[in-house]
Amino acid sequence: MSNSHHSPHTLSAALAERFTDNRKVINDKDPVFVEKLRARAIELFRQQGLPGSHLERWRNTDITQSLDASYYHELKRNTEKINIDEIFQCKVDNFETFLVSQLNGWFAHQDHLLRELDNGVIVGSLREAFRQYPGLIKKHYGTYAPPEDHGLTALNTAFAQDGVFIYVPDSLEVKIPIQMVSLVRTSNPVLLFPRNLVVMEKNSSLTMVHCDDSIEKETSFSGSVSEFFLDEGARLDYYKLQNKDDHSAVVNSSYFHQEAGSALSTHTISLNGGILRNETRVTLNGENARADVLGLYLMDRSQHVDNYVFMDHASPNCYSNEQFKGILDDRAKAVFNGHILVRKDAQSTEAFQSNKNIQLTDEARVVTQPFLEIYADDVKCSHGATVGQLDPLAMFYLRSRGICHRNARMLMMYAFAAEMVNQISIHALKEQIDHMVVKRLKGELSICDQCVLHCKDERQVSFEIDMNKV
Amino acid sequence: MNSPENNKKEHQDKVLNEVSNSEYKYGFVTDIESESIEKGLNEDVIRLISAKKKEPGWLLEYRLDAYRKWKAMKSPTWAHLNIPPIDYQDIVYYSAPKKKKAEYESLDEVDPELLDTFNKLGIPLGEQKALAGVAVDAVFDSVSVKTTFQDTLEEKGIIFCSFSEAVQNHPELVRKHLSSVVPVDDNYFAALNSAVFSDGSFCYIPKGVRSPVELSTYFRINAANTGQFERTLIVAEDDSYVSYLEGCTAPQRDENQLHAAVVEIVAMKGAEVKYSTVQNWYPGNKEGKGGIYNFVTKRGITKGANSRISWTQVETGSSITWKYPSCILLGDNSSCEFYSVAVTNNHQQADTGTKMIHIGKNTRSTIISKGISAGKSQNSYRGLVKMTRKAENARNFSQCDSLLLGDQCGAHTWPYIKTFNDSSVVEHEATTSRISEDQLFYCQQRGMDEENSIRLIVNGYAKEVLNQLPMEFAVEAQKLLSISLEGSVG
Repeated sequence: MSNSHHSPHTLSAALAERFTDNRKVINDKDPVFVEKLRARAIELFRQQGLPGSHLERWRNTDITQSLDASYYHELKRNTEKINIDEIFQCKVDNFETFLVSQLNGWFAHQDHLLRELDNGVIVGSLREAFRQYPGLIKKHYGTYAPPEDHGLTALNTAFAQDGVFIYVPDSLEVKIPIQMVSLVRTSNPVLLFPRNLVVMEKNSSLTMVHCDDSIEKETSFSGSVSEFFLDEGARLDYYKLQNKDDHSAVVNSSYFHQEAGSALSTHTISLNGGILRNETRVTLNGENARADVLGLYLMDRSQHVDNYVFMDHASPNCYSNEQFKGILDDRAKAVFNGHILVRKDAQSTEAFQSNKNIQLTDEARVVTQPFLEIYADDVKCSHGATVGQLDPLAMFYLRSRGICHRNARMLMMYAFAAEMVNQISIHALKEQIDHMVVKRLKGELSICDQCVLHCKDERQVSFEIDMNKV
Repeated sequence: MNSPENNKKEHQDKVLNEVSNSEYKYGFVTDIESESIEKGLNEDVIRLISAKKKEPGWLLEYRLDAYRKWKAMKSPTWAHLNIPPIDYQDIVYYSAPKKKKAEYESLDEVDPELLDTFNKLGIPLGEQKALAGVAVDAVFDSVSVKTTFQDTLEEKGIIFCSFSEAVQNHPELVRKHLSSVVPVDDNYFAALNSAVFSDGSFCYIPKGVRSPVELSTYFRINAANTGQFERTLIVAEDDSYVSYLEGCTAPQRDENQLHAAVVEIVAMKGAEVKYSTVQNWYPGNKEGKGGIYNFVTKRGITKGANSRISWTQVETGSSITWKYPSCILLGDNSSCEFYSVAVTNNHQQADTGTKMIHIGKNTRSTIISKGISAGKSQNSYRGLVKMTRKAENARNFSQCDSLLLGDQCGAHTWPYIKTFNDSSVVEHEATTSRISEDQLFYCQQRGMDEENSIRLIVNGYAKEVLNQLPMEFAVEAQKLLSISLEGSVG
């Protein structure tokens, strides 16, 4: 691939060819079932090609341009000895996590690629898990994220070589959150296909924090796929934080499969990024399952964020709630595409969907498509979407109390975002994100701070409100 | 076995049975001689239609251009509909009741059977016209039969006639406005209509005139294997007002029939056009056999400032409905409303909604859509609200509710919202539910039976839209609603 513009078709063909050329290196010594899945996936990719505006789901997000660059694709694990702790550390006050890092798509803790902890939890490299736990992997891998879903999932399934694997045994409550950090550090534009698999057995519980970061400001394209299996009664709290540079494109496809009585809560917080596309697909496959899918995006410059949520109510008596809020400044574009499907016998379903946007400039764009597709009658479903501005009356009120325009505006935006931030249940994380949102709104947050969570930043941020005037 | 639940189930089955057996009361065929052309579609057929109607050359060119564009287009597949393939060569594109004379001088000369048909339909043609106070242009198959009340309208300078007459008598007006809102190649069915439209209504309200009566058109498909492609054009000049009604029926037949109409509305400065439809084409039998494919393009433009267009539709018929009455809000401060009740039962499918394209400043639009699905039907609302960069302070409010009666049907909502400026406000909300047990219980414990309780609740649910209809239509719509839904308990 060169720097001149290519058609999506040529790009797809080049990517498929890259797989064929490197088939041996990619497959390495992986089990046969993985090899077979890759072969099937690349075949599907050849048929489907890259997702683009010809698909309803992808109409508003064009990724082909981001893919059209001469990318470096790390097909082999970098054997150079690195100490990941020196490159990256996370020090948020009172926030203790079990850190697993990926560097350029590869699991970075070389000394302990796959660990089985005392309590039975398995954490480590997915590639290592292919070899050590083939039975367990075979049962789940590629099941919840079928390569048929769309071209990028197929492409990821073909190219994915490593990522994070987490297994939580029966009835175990994992006390310390697992923090997954995807780092990109390279002097070349880089292409990544990370793949994660999380398997939670019955009645287990887990909290995960997933951070997408750039360390160097280099163009990158990441097409990641994550699969989550929540067996009966399992509980997962999943936080995804995105703070990428403007040159990066990220397509995150997360597939959650929930059995009866399981509970999922996800928070996707997008603060910066060139092109961000977050696909969340939830299958409620057992009765009384519950899913809360929440998101907040604060975008400016030419940033583009696209949240796609597909909620599949395949069983009766389930509950789902989607809530996304965003503020758009400059020439930023936000897309929300929610789709609730209530299948024929999924009676007594409750499903809610809401998308609220504040558009600050004439050049920003908001496209919102909250869909309901319902085939059962005993349902309570609703959706709502709004696009508007800051309330002039509220502005007047604040100004009349002596608050300057800039502060009043920020205060109102902060209040708008606070609804989402306040739903974060880990206190330390909530405070940190709250702090970041304030910084973001003041335009002081950039990706040159070391990571999403900005632990090294000691400066306190506060509104410049003169209390004497109030 | 006689548990209350079993009893309830039995009762529901009985009631559902009654509903499915309730007949389509407009399903008769009128035995009348009609003059049709051969089946099939090609340039010669179009030339023939044009020649039969003695059309000027520009209109023939317009038709041929549309036909060539149509040939290059593909039938849309994006709707949530299962449309069986349509053989466009198996359709008769022109069918007219055979005339005994070239023109009717008075009602006495109209074929009595035809009049009888209209009487059965309850159209206030002939003597009834004075009582009803409605000017009617009735389109039977493809040809406009009689336009009543013409003299009264002429006094005011209002032109209300069949499309063919308008082409003969007011060609400059037709030429100016035809396809000014719906381009020839707007979509597959609009292109087809532009190529083969046979008749329809034309309505012109001069500057400053308020139409004293409601203008009404009744469409009926009678002959077998025919398609109906009517074309309606309404032009309201500065500060004028008109309320236009449209109703439709068709005989009961096993094969499907195609109806692909185009309606264009132009509202100039300060003009107001109110367009109401009660669509009751034959919906097919309870197994889903037969029925009309209703693929219609309706669009209005508020060309001048302060103008207003309002669409009200009650959709109960047709086996498949594909219809999105839309509005381009071009003039500053102009407004548009869309009120819709769509009812589907048995195997009916409907994909209907609206598009509001805001271009002018301070434009306002309101969308109220009520979907009701029963039996094994699928009912979708699909809508677009677009605020362009120039549409400063534009405002939209949308509400799309769906009611499900029975566990075999589907109700879907596909709203699209796009905003490109920082001063417009868009709100959308929707709910989907069934009739609540609480409401039913409340009505029943007040002594109403289940049937009537449901009728009351459904009517209340649709009230917001039915209230927008002119009086006579509202009564008919309420009756239709009751017939379509009798006893469908969720």
